[in-house]
Amino acid sequence: MIFFFKRAFQDIRTNSFLSAVTIITIFLSVLIVSTLVLFFLNTNDYMNSWKKGIKIIAYLKPDIVETNLVDIKNKIHGLYGVAEAEFISKEEAMKRLREQMKRQSSLLNGFKENPLPDAFEIRLTEQFSNSERIENLAVQIEALPEIDDVEYGRRWIGRFIKLFDLFRLTGYAMSGIFFMAAVFIVANTIRLVIYSRREEIEIMRLIGATDRFIKTPFYIEAVIQGALGGIIGLAALFAAYIYISINVEQSLSFDLLHVRFFSLRLSGAIILCSMLVGWLGCFISLRQFLKE
Amino acid sequence: MIDKNEKSTIIRMFHVHKNYGSKKALSNINLDVSKNEFLFITGPSGAGKSTLLKLLYLGEPVSEGQILIDGMNLSRIPRKRISFLRQKLGIIFQDYKLIPTKTVFDNVALVLEAMGKKKQFVQKKVNSVLRMVGMEKRFNAMPQSLSGGEQQRIAVARAVVGMPKIILADEPTGSLDPESAGAVFDLLKEFHARGATILVATHDQELIRKTGCRAIYLKDGCQVLK
Ligand SMILES: Nc1ncnc2c1ncn2[C@@H]1O[C@H](COP(=O)(O)OP(=O)(O)O)[C@@H](O)[C@H]1O
Ligand SMILES: [Mg+2]
Repeated sequence: MIFFFKRAFQDIRTNSFLSAVTIITIFLSVLIVSTLVLFFLNTNDYMNSWKKGIKIIAYLKPDIVETNLVDIKNKIHGLYGVAEAEFISKEEAMKRLREQMKRQSSLLNGFKENPLPDAFEIRLTEQFSNSERIENLAVQIEALPEIDDVEYGRRWIGRFIKLFDLFRLTGYAMSGIFFMAAVFIVANTIRLVIYSRREEIEIMRLIGATDRFIKTPFYIEAVIQGALGGIIGLAALFAAYIYISINVEQSLSFDLLHVRFFSLRLSGAIILCSMLVGWLGCFISLRQFLKE
Repeated sequence: MIDKNEKSTIIRMFHVHKNYGSKKALSNINLDVSKNEFLFITGPSGAGKSTLLKLLYLGEPVSEGQILIDGMNLSRIPRKRISFLRQKLGIIFQDYKLIPTKTVFDNVALVLEAMGKKKQFVQKKVNSVLRMVGMEKRFNAMPQSLSGGEQQRIAVARAVVGMPKIILADEPTGSLDPESAGAVFDLLKEFHARGATILVATHDQELIRKTGCRAIYLKDGCQVLK
């Protein structure tokens, strides 16, 4: 085995140009694909936290008697997709408003009577955070006789989620295309390497070398190149990530620490993938070659 | 099928024909070679000598007929097992076929490495074979830096390093001066003395006469008695 590794390293050195082509191909593909993946990973995080924050506020009609509250709450709870309904009295609502307004809260002192209505704050179950369902549910809640009005801010989120899903699908498709393109390019560079060494390979066969003996160094070579390309690609992306998070964070005072990089496991998976690209490229070109 | 004769026969060709496209290179060759025989294949250039050797190491498939080598029927050997056949053979090619990007040592060592031999064994064996052919000092040289005679000796070293049962030599003395030719020929005789079966394709009648070994004569791809 050590012997095969030695031969593989020798081959990489003698074919340094083509090796560089292979490594750069894999490097670029990894860079592009993992940038995409990183972007989707982070936007997905935001999406999820938004989704969790989606609420429906149902304002009660002013003349509701307090004894009916439990009844209404049960009715809302009975609707499919409701995770929790919390009663917010008008006093509570006023308190929150004052807190939010802080200094300007003195403005509120002008009101003799609390102008805010009583309300229910309704949280949705997670799988329910899809725009049509939210709308549907809001209509159902509004139809309850005790409810005056419903509000679900960020109506646009629904539309945004849809757009984002489309976007993500495109991202997956693009990653797939890059993967295949990388395999294709690597297969072709390895084919060039094989072609430049066909005489040597032919001689090796004539003196009794098995296919395995001939192929193994090519595979080791391709997998090493794949790993190198993957590591360099990830390192470049990581450097860019660090650079951006330091600079942008300072200038925007925007909490970019929430933007995360790949976990160690995912990084490992990406490098494995790039090794797979090398292996597949090698497999394709060798299969064609040894058919002859 | 197995008769007493079989035991001592290592190569057997039955009604072998070989065509390259429409060109007939060999017709109806029948040949038995005994174990440890030293056999010449001779005839004018273009007679089919190289082709006959090529058929034996499956460098070309036969067009018709059967070849048996050491109990293996060559037309029944699957592609994957060809290397197994070739590991039993030591081949000296007319054009040497040394790998230009590898040193003399690595060229010879490759045969043993392909057999999966241990590094230490390879080291020892290659050195001893290079000493036999008188090239031990040039072990680190590249093939292009050697003269034709020296390359021929490396080709011989590579053919014998795996201790093959059968050595096939295509014009092993063809392009050499008489002195180098004599040295190469002495090497072949030495391996013959150690038990190898040797087939030499040559157009050099003088050489055959000197050794007095059996020779088959080819003309236009046909076996002729002489
Ligand atoms: N690969 C090939 N394709 C077509 N014709 C060939 C090929 N190899 C040899 N021949 C022809 O077959 C005949 C025998 O060639 P060869 O065996 O090389 O003869 P020798 O070695 O006796 O000089 C020649 O006429 C040669 O032109
Ligand atoms: Mg010839």
